[in-house]
Amino acid sequence: MLRIKGLVKRYRTGDLALKGIDLDVPDGQVMALIGPSGAGKSTVIRCINRLVEPTAGSVTLNDLEVTTLGRSELRRARRRMGMIFQEYALVERLSVMENVLSGRLGYVGFWQSYFRKFPQSDIDEAFRLLARVGLDHMVDKRADELSGGQRQRVGICRALIQNPELLLVDEPTASLDPKTSRQIMRLIKELCAERKLSAIINIHDVMLAQMFAERIVGLRVGEIVYDGPPDNLTADVLTKIYGEEDWSATIRKVDDEAAEAEEAAAAVIPVELPLPSRDRLAGLT
Amino acid sequence: MAIASKDGAKVWQRRDRKAQFATWAVYLTSTAIFVYCWELISEKTIWAFVWDAPAQAGDLFARMVPPDWGSIHGLWRPIWDTLNIATLGTLMAIIIAVPVAYCAARNTTPSVAFVRPVALFIIVSSRSINSLIWALMLVTIIGPGVFAGILSIGLRSIGFCAKLLYEAIEEIDESQVEAVRATGASGGQATAYGIVPQVLPAFAGISVFRWDINIRESTVLGLVGAGGIGLPLNAAITTLAWTQVSLILLIIIATVVAGEWVSAKVRHAII
Repeated sequence: MLRIKGLVKRYRTGDLALKGIDLDVPDGQVMALIGPSGAGKSTVIRCINRLVEPTAGSVTLNDLEVTTLGRSELRRARRRMGMIFQEYALVERLSVMENVLSGRLGYVGFWQSYFRKFPQSDIDEAFRLLARVGLDHMVDKRADELSGGQRQRVGICRALIQNPELLLVDEPTASLDPKTSRQIMRLIKELCAERKLSAIINIHDVMLAQMFAERIVGLRVGEIVYDGPPDNLTADVLTKIYGEEDWSATIRKVDDEAAEAEEAAAAVIPVELPLPSRDRLAGLT
Repeated sequence: MAIASKDGAKVWQRRDRKAQFATWAVYLTSTAIFVYCWELISEKTIWAFVWDAPAQAGDLFARMVPPDWGSIHGLWRPIWDTLNIATLGTLMAIIIAVPVAYCAARNTTPSVAFVRPVALFIIVSSRSINSLIWALMLVTIIGPGVFAGILSIGLRSIGFCAKLLYEAIEEIDESQVEAVRATGASGGQATAYGIVPQVLPAFAGISVFRWDINIRESTVLGLVGAGGIGLPLNAAITTLAWTQVSLILLIIIATVVAGEWVSAKVRHAII
């Protein structure tokens, strides 16, 4: 259970990015955080693992108060929070395997990691995860040889090998095409279900958020203006989050059968292919 | 940008009238200064010597051919010294430049207020003194020889390597480092996994490039007694043994060409 209380962030420039956020994410919940650019979505996520230091407020992950931790304690807390990034943020010149194993850096010593002497159990887990996301044939490729969707899968493996309790996902689909975006979102959702992980997913695409999240939180200039199920995202709510706009095309997907048809189609695919084909997962087809 | 209205239509020109005049004034002054300087230099030149130059050059060239191939066996040792000066000097510079660059880069320095200025001062002072001047000083301090040459090449190269390296460190993609830190990595691990892979190609390129420059620089160090091929060159010039001078020049050219070839190959292999 992640509990955020009165989270405030004021940047050194004086901009008040977050104006006292209160948010509880129960175990196993996949939550989407939507809102216009500059609303503070990234800041929320980065304040949780303190890549950005919060100005005030508290963040507790399963009864561990994160905001007051010292440096080495913070390292240990970060191991419990996997992060997935917008532009993948893989170390481009390292191999896929090295990138995945870098998720274990919090568990091994400096020289052990410097000479790439990770425990065999970590390597087993890396192979298992890469097979799960359909990249076991890419282990020795350099990260910059991969396509966008493949890179994001490596990013997901890097987060999961930390054996986290919470996933922080920052715009996972912003640089991906619509089809790959759906595949990645589905993969994140499935993996969260498999491992009973809770996740906070920052996302621009309202439709994707509705398709894959069980709860939606709308953020506007540092304040939560909506918190509820995806089905209640009406034109009024979207206007409250994003401002005045014609939302009919965005909402129809939820209201109409079109959405049901699409969800049904999404649900059908795993039935047709009980074992997801590796090529499909790797985005090769 | 100047936008004027003419008969109701908007007219656009690159500069307005004032800026146009200012531009022309700058051109005019520059031309006037150039002409004046030309005049000054021309006054102080003894033109008879200049007109005589082609004949002198031809005369010197005639005395240089053919190169004295017989004296070549005495030159292998100095050219070997020169290569060693360049290589060991570069090695020394790299070893010192890495921590200096780490301290000078804004995103890795332990302290922007104290450590960074010190590192920048090291870089500037090393870069501002030519290796020949380092050699002059070091020969008086530690005596003539190869060691003085290595030190002077090394001291001159620290600044060059550290400056280019710290610029490379400042240009890295921070999101990769952030991602490594988010896994719970320590500071050292974040450097080894997030920064080092990103600057490694730049580091290798800089090192080889400096080695290539140092081969050229170390050929002249002998002129002030700091060892290498410059020593016999100096001796040959002072004894007016022009056929030996030409041989030494040929060897220097061959060495430099070989060095550039190697460095080009290595850089090509890395990038």
